[in-house]
Amino acid sequence: MIVAQQKPLDEIRQMVSGFRRLLVLGCGTCTTVCFAGGEKEVAVVATALRSVLGPEVEIGEAVVQRQCEWEFLDQVGEAVRRADAVLSLGCGVGVQGIGERYGGVIALPGLNTAFMGLTEAPGIWGERCMACGDCLLHRTGGICPVARCAKSLLNGPCGGPQDGHCELSVDNPCAWVLIHERLEAQGRLDQLEEIIPARDWKASHSGGPRRITRPDLREMVEEEV
Amino acid sequence: MPAGSNLEVVLAAGRFAVTAELGPPKGTNLGVVERKAEILRHCCDAINLTDNQTAIVRMSSLACAIHLRRMGLDPVMQMTCRDRNRLALQSDVLGAVGAGVRNFLCLSGDHQQFGNHPGAKNVFDLDSIQLIQVLAGMRDARRFQSGDEFTGDVSMFIGAAANPFADPLPYRVVRLAKKVRAGASFIQTQAVYDLEIFARWMAQVRARGLHEKTAILAGIVPLKSVGMARYMRDYVSGIVVPDGVVSRMEDASDPKAEGMAIAVDIIDAVRDIPGVRGVHIMAVGWEEVVPVLAERAGLLPRPLI
Repeated sequence: MIVAQQKPLDEIRQMVSGFRRLLVLGCGTCTTVCFAGGEKEVAVVATALRSVLGPEVEIGEAVVQRQCEWEFLDQVGEAVRRADAVLSLGCGVGVQGIGERYGGVIALPGLNTAFMGLTEAPGIWGERCMACGDCLLHRTGGICPVARCAKSLLNGPCGGPQDGHCELSVDNPCAWVLIHERLEAQGRLDQLEEIIPARDWKASHSGGPRRITRPDLREMVEEEV
Repeated sequence: MPAGSNLEVVLAAGRFAVTAELGPPKGTNLGVVERKAEILRHCCDAINLTDNQTAIVRMSSLACAIHLRRMGLDPVMQMTCRDRNRLALQSDVLGAVGAGVRNFLCLSGDHQQFGNHPGAKNVFDLDSIQLIQVLAGMRDARRFQSGDEFTGDVSMFIGAAANPFADPLPYRVVRLAKKVRAGASFIQTQAVYDLEIFARWMAQVRARGLHEKTAILAGIVPLKSVGMARYMRDYVSGIVVPDGVVSRMEDASDPKAEGMAIAVDIIDAVRDIPGVRGVHIMAVGWEEVVPVLAERAGLLPRPLI
């Protein structure tokens, strides 16, 4: 999922100052699962804003299943159009989705979108994927060094790891220590002898904003039309 | 084809090599580089110029390496993958080689979190092993990483670092093997204090025959104080300082002298380990100690070949 975290209330307050009608819009998928932008968080943020902004600011609340899909965004069209600004508790995709679907609407980020990851334990999320566009998990024991090594090293650990953790933080295990352990347990340590040559980063964000077009699906859509 | 650097020649002649590290100034004064280089001139075979070491901005290793060439010295230009992508790295190589620099040390680079710009965006377009491959390709095929050709000779003696002391220990020799296969002709190791771990690693190196394919120079960092010894033991990741070494410093009436004595002991010990072809002395900000250590360890005079 996409993991996000609420912005400090003070930053949100400054962001929404001057607007008379606000809609706090949550997202029912990723940010609900990571307790940053679901129904409960929408209520908490809206209540906090009411108390700091006073009664003259009208604050509405809504949650859609996903802010990244038109069919769900369309369900709150009336509330969005009524508002001077929408404070999204979705990820950065959601904020932009609102702006794109409702041209002219001011969409504001209530969250900081952090990463793609998973829930490691209740209340702890960890990054797992950076969407580099050319997956090599089959070569690294199913553990991603691009996302989980602080230097995205592809050919083994730097000189820093000690006691199994990355030199940057005792809370972060060294990706390459994990990879080594995993491949050892699988009896596949020989994989680590291979050199992964310089990557073609075109598939990553280095190649510019990415877009995927599926001609087969496009044809189906055009036939229907 | 040999690169013809002094370091390469000394190693090829089978002599026990000595390299020393020179930290470029945090400022514009090349006089600092000259002063340090003159201290090191007669006590080592080549001088490493660090590349924004510990992610602190300093005069570039490229500029300092070229300056050392002009002083008639043999520089080892360190290059990290942290700050520059493959375009910048290759461009620096062209400039350095054009100016007579022959030795290159390929490094990943310390993470910027430890330096004076912790908010910087890092690059890591390549990792150190890929950088070795890229440089070897420039040298051997006269082609950039992209396959594009260029003109001019690229004589290079390519090196890399190795840390026998970091996790996962069993992987360390594998990583060295990859560096050697990528094209590293010499290796400078992390500071050796724990001779047991180092000797075990060297045994693995010999078992794979790597010592015959690359020249391994053991890293030596002389301890200056009890505080430094404790700090290195407790806080520097990837360095192992045994308690015995720390207590030698603690018990000494003159810790500086003891630090030098420990360094000489370590040099003596690594010299006896088969496959060790030299030492790399990193006297962080204490260059004056290098001639003294070299003298006491019986490494002087340096060969003139």
